[in-house]
Amino acid sequence: MSIPTASSNASLRASLHGLPGVDRVGADARAAGLGTRSIKTTAKRQAIDMAISMVDLTTLEGADTRGKVRAMCAKAVHPDPTDPTVPKVAAVCVYPDLVAEARDVVGSSGVKVASVATAFPSGRSSLEVKVADTAMAVAAGADEIDMVIDRGAFLSGDYLKVFEEIQAVKEACGEAHLKVILETGELATYDNVRRASWLAMMAGGDFIKTSTGKVQPAATLPVTLVMLEAVRDFRDREGRMVGVKPAGGIRTTKDAIKMLVLVNETAGPDWLDPDWFRLGASSVLNDLLMQRQKLTTGRYAGPDYFTLD
Amino acid sequence: MIFEYAPAPESREVVDIRPSYGLFINGEFVDGSGTPFKTVNPASEETLAEVAAATEADVDRAVQAARKAFGVWSALPGSERAKYLFRIARIIQERARELAVLESLDNGKPIKESRDVDLPLVAAHFFYYAGWADKLQYAGYGTTPLGVAGQVIPWNFPLLMLAWKIAPALACGNTVVLKPAETTPLTALLFAEICQQADLPPGVVNIVTGAGDTGAAVVGHPDVDKVAFTGSTEVGRLIAKSVAGTNKKVTLELGGKAANIVFDDAAIDQAVEGIVTGIFFNQGHVCCAGSRLLVQESVAEELLSSLKRRLSTLRLGDPLDKNTDIGAINSAAQLAKIRELSEAGEAEGADRWSPACPLPDKGFWFPPTVFTGVSQSHRIAREEIFGPVLSVLTFRTPAEAVEKANNTPYGLSAGVWTEKASRMLWMANRLRAGVVWSNTFNKFDPTSPFGGYKESGYGREGGRHGLEAYLKEIS
Repeated sequence: MSIPTASSNASLRASLHGLPGVDRVGADARAAGLGTRSIKTTAKRQAIDMAISMVDLTTLEGADTRGKVRAMCAKAVHPDPTDPTVPKVAAVCVYPDLVAEARDVVGSSGVKVASVATAFPSGRSSLEVKVADTAMAVAAGADEIDMVIDRGAFLSGDYLKVFEEIQAVKEACGEAHLKVILETGELATYDNVRRASWLAMMAGGDFIKTSTGKVQPAATLPVTLVMLEAVRDFRDREGRMVGVKPAGGIRTTKDAIKMLVLVNETAGPDWLDPDWFRLGASSVLNDLLMQRQKLTTGRYAGPDYFTLD
Repeated sequence: MIFEYAPAPESREVVDIRPSYGLFINGEFVDGSGTPFKTVNPASEETLAEVAAATEADVDRAVQAARKAFGVWSALPGSERAKYLFRIARIIQERARELAVLESLDNGKPIKESRDVDLPLVAAHFFYYAGWADKLQYAGYGTTPLGVAGQVIPWNFPLLMLAWKIAPALACGNTVVLKPAETTPLTALLFAEICQQADLPPGVVNIVTGAGDTGAAVVGHPDVDKVAFTGSTEVGRLIAKSVAGTNKKVTLELGGKAANIVFDDAAIDQAVEGIVTGIFFNQGHVCCAGSRLLVQESVAEELLSSLKRRLSTLRLGDPLDKNTDIGAINSAAQLAKIRELSEAGEAEGADRWSPACPLPDKGFWFPPTVFTGVSQSHRIAREEIFGPVLSVLTFRTPAEAVEKANNTPYGLSAGVWTEKASRMLWMANRLRAGVVWSNTFNKFDPTSPFGGYKESGYGREGGRHGLEAYLKEIS
C-alpha cells in the first residue's frame, strides 16, 4: 500500500478495507497467551525500570489545579525521592491550560510535557477550534500533543474528514510530536482498530494511542496487540516507524509487564524505547515503585512509603 | 532495547517420583514378570524411574481382574458410577500441577502446554463423561456395556489419551486394562494412585506397562471385548488384522497429514498463529497436526515472511521453563525418524528453513523447521513426520485446494482460513477429514467427537458419539 493522496473517501476506503481482517477469537487468544509469560528476577527488574521510563504520568480531571499538576510533575522527575537510581518517567500529560505550569516544573529534566487537545475527550468541535486548541498547547510549551479522532466521522465512513483533521492538527503541532488517540472502546471491532491505526499513520501521526481513559474498555491487551501489528506492518511497507501508547486501565506492574512482552514479541525490540512506546497511566507508577523496592529489599513496604500526589 | 526473559522454571518438587513402579492390577501395585525398563526425561536423558514390564501372564491377571470387577461395576446405577468419575475429575484438578510437571518431565512437552492444555482437558473429559453415566438412555446407543476394554495409547498426550479412553469406558459401565506408551508411563501410574485415592472398586481400572508385546497381549487377549487404540497407522493395521474374525469391537485413531488451508482473504496474523499452533504445538507430535500448509499463491510470499518472523520468536528449551514454547522430542527413535524425513525433503529438492535456534547439548531436540517449494509427490508432503516440520505447498483456486488437501491416504483433520463464511462452508463440505477447523486449529473439547477418514482410523472419541464405542449395539 502506498500512501494515498487521500483525494477521496473512496480511495481511503479502498486502502483501509484492503487490509487483512482481524479474527477476534484468534487475536484474543494470542494476547492471552502472551499474557502468560513469566517475567521473574533480573527480567522483572529490567522490565520495571523500562516501564517507569515509558510512563506518561497523567492527570486529566475537571478538578485539576496548578497545585495538583505541580505535585505530579515533581513526582515525574523524581518518582522515588529515597532512591536516585529510579529512572524518571517519559512525560507528563495534562490539559492545554496547564501546560505552562507543567513546563515550569519539569524544566530541562528531560521529562516531556504532553497535552491533550482537539476538544478532548469527545472530539466534538469544529476543525478551527481543534487547531486553535492544539496551537495554544504548543505555544504554552507542549512537546507532544495527544489528539482525539472524530469517532463519529470514522464510524459513518467519512475517513477523509478524519484524515484531513489529523493532517491539519499535525501541521499545527509544528515541532511537537503528534499522538493520535483512536478511542478503541468506541470503535468496537478490531477491524476498525486496524483501519483507524493505518488512517492515523497515513495522515502523519507520530504515535497511535488506544484511549482517552474516559471510555471503557480502554487499553486491553488484544487492542494493543492489533495496534502493534499495525505499526510493525506500516514500517515494513512505508519505512516509517510510528510509536504506540496504550492508555487507560493499566494499573499494576503485571499489566505493564504484559504490555512490554506484547511489544517485544509483536513489534519487536526496536519499539522497547520511550521514544516508541509509552504507557498512559497514573496509579501504575506507585505499584512499579513498590515492586521495584520489593526486588531490592525482599519485602513489601506499606503504601505510605510511596508518595501520593 | 533487548529484553531477555530470565529462567522461570516450574518447581519439580511438587511431584514425588518413585525409583521404581509396578503394574496396577486389581487396585494394587504388583511386580511385573518381564524385565523392567527405564523411562527417561527426553530433555536431559536423565533416568526418571524404572518401570515394570507386563508379560502375557501379567496381562491375563489384569484382564481377569477387570472381568471380575465388570460384574460389580456394570451393576452399579449410572449415578453411582458418575460419583466416582466426578471424584476422579476433582482429584485431577486438585493435583493438576503435580500431573503437569510429571507429564512435562516424562514427555518433554512445555509446562505451559501440560498446564494450560493437557490437564484442563483431562479433567474436562472426566467431568463430561461423568455427566453421561446416568443419562445413557438418552444418548441413542443403548445402555449395555461391552465388558472389558483393552486400551493402548501413545506417548504424545499420555494423560489426555488415557482420559479419552478411560472416561467413556467407565461411564458406560465397562472396566479397562490400559497400556500406556513405553516412553511415557509415569502419569498413567500416578493416575492409578488417583483411582486408589478415589476408592474406585479394585479391577475397574488396570494399568499394565511395557513395550509393543505387552500391547499385543492386551489387544490379543481372548477375554477382551473391546479394543481401543491410538497410535501409528502401521500398528493400527496389525491390530485390525489380529482382531479380524473375533467378536471384539474396535476403534482406531491413527495418523494424519492434515492440510491447513490459507486463502488470500484470511486474517493473516491469526492465520500465522494458527499455522504455529497447527504444527509446532507439542513439537508437532500431534496426529491431527497441520503438517501441510496449503497457501493461496497470491499471498504466499507475504504469509511466509510473517510466519518466519513469528517462528523467530519461539523459545525452545527446558520444558519446565514457563516461557518455553517448544520442548524436547519424546525419544531418540522419534528424533531419528524426523531427521530421516527432513533429510529426504532436502534431497528431493525442497528448501529447508529454521530460525536461529541453539539446541541444548543433552536430550533430544529438533528446531522448528519449514520446507517451502514442496510438491505433492515429495515424501514430506505425504508421510507423517510427527515432528516440528511444516511442508508448504501453494494453490490457485478453492477447487485446487480441496483436491490437494484430500489427496492423501489420511483424513483426520483440516483447517481453513478465510474471512468469507460462504467459502468456509463450501470447503468444509468437501474436505474428507474427521475434523475441519474454521479459522482455528488444534482446538479440542470433550463435547466434540474426534476421529478419522480413510487410513486415519475408524470410530469416534469424545462427545455423545464417543459413547457408541463402549455400548452394545441396539438390535
